[in-house]
Amino acid sequence: MTALEFTVVVWALSAVAGFLGALTGLGGGVVVVPALTLALGVDIKYAIGASLVSVIATSSGAAAAYVREGFSNIRIGMFLEIATTLGALVGAFLASRVSTHALAVIFGLVLIHAALTSLLHREGSGARVESDALARRLRLGGSYPVDGRREEYGVRNVPAGFGLMFGAGALSGLLGIGSGAVKVLAMDRAMRIPFKVSTTTSNFMIGVTAAASAGMYLSRGFIDPRVAMPVMLGVLAGALLGTRVLVRARVRTLRLVFGLVILALAIEMIVNGITGKV
Amino acid sequence: MDDKRLETMIGKLLRAGVLFSAAVVTVGGIVYLALNHAARVSFRTFVAGGPEIRTVSGIAQAAVHLNSQGLMQAGLVLLILTPVARVAMAVAGFALERDRLYTIVSLIVLLILAFSLLRAV
Repeated sequence: MTALEFTVVVWALSAVAGFLGALTGLGGGVVVVPALTLALGVDIKYAIGASLVSVIATSSGAAAAYVREGFSNIRIGMFLEIATTLGALVGAFLASRVSTHALAVIFGLVLIHAALTSLLHREGSGARVESDALARRLRLGGSYPVDGRREEYGVRNVPAGFGLMFGAGALSGLLGIGSGAVKVLAMDRAMRIPFKVSTTTSNFMIGVTAAASAGMYLSRGFIDPRVAMPVMLGVLAGALLGTRVLVRARVRTLRLVFGLVILALAIEMIVNGITGKV
Repeated sequence: MDDKRLETMIGKLLRAGVLFSAAVVTVGGIVYLALNHAARVSFRTFVAGGPEIRTVSGIAQAAVHLNSQGLMQAGLVLLILTPVARVAMAVAGFALERDRLYTIVSLIVLLILAFSLLRAV
């Protein structure tokens, strides 16, 4: 392949990934890495390096819009970023020591989780709770808009959420993805934070988490600009378009299709990892 | 300053940072394709590149000399720095609010980020 052909193909694949990632809320990274490795035979280390960069672009690019809506909670985000960034350091450290085949298999397993999240989508655990003692001391509770007025919410199980966030950060650093699904799991299920607050705060945190592994990726050479340039520009363009049509799209059907696509990619990734093709 | 104003400001800063870095990456990409469009490329086997794409000083030097890979990489480094700037602004914002707990919390995050990025200097 010539440099021009490679750039155009990767840009187009990344734009589709970014578009679908924004529409479904799963992010572009989960599709970009398998697309690059399975379809174009790119070494997974270049793929996760490029994906990590695109994750920062979409997270940071969308932050302004989410803040305007008033859902994200900067205290929860900042406090849990201690866990995600520490996890990211550990993950990025492991990424250069784990074999390519093992990375592919782990990636496949995470994809299965993302696919199931997409297929079995639910709008959070419902009932609001009072903050427990630790959450009160950390002043994590807040309020968010519900039907035009602001509703208070509490936060619980901070240690469990913190631990899960460390895991989310480690996966992010190991695989070059935002691992938004695990972040939402930690906030929504463990800490009982409202679903909408969880998803938007997760998006806010993804860029900072990714920046923690980016320094290591850069010094190891995982970020090759010839791969990362079309990925970053493609995912960003796709994501910007995706957030625009988000309101009009039939997200339900899309989640189903996207979930199935990811599931197929996951199986291929695992099989290729085990047989040593990736 | 309240949390909401602080967050809005940070959000805008982030978007500006992303758009600026995307512009730099685009310029680098155009130079790269203009000079190398017909070159054969393969990324099947991982080979770590040279300092012009791996260390911040090497990247800066390459970018100043309009080396296309250095330019693209400089844009990507700027992108990586936008969330770092967001955390730095949060430190300043919480300090202005005289919120000691969260000034310290965001300072810890900033230190962790610095630890990672200093490996690439």
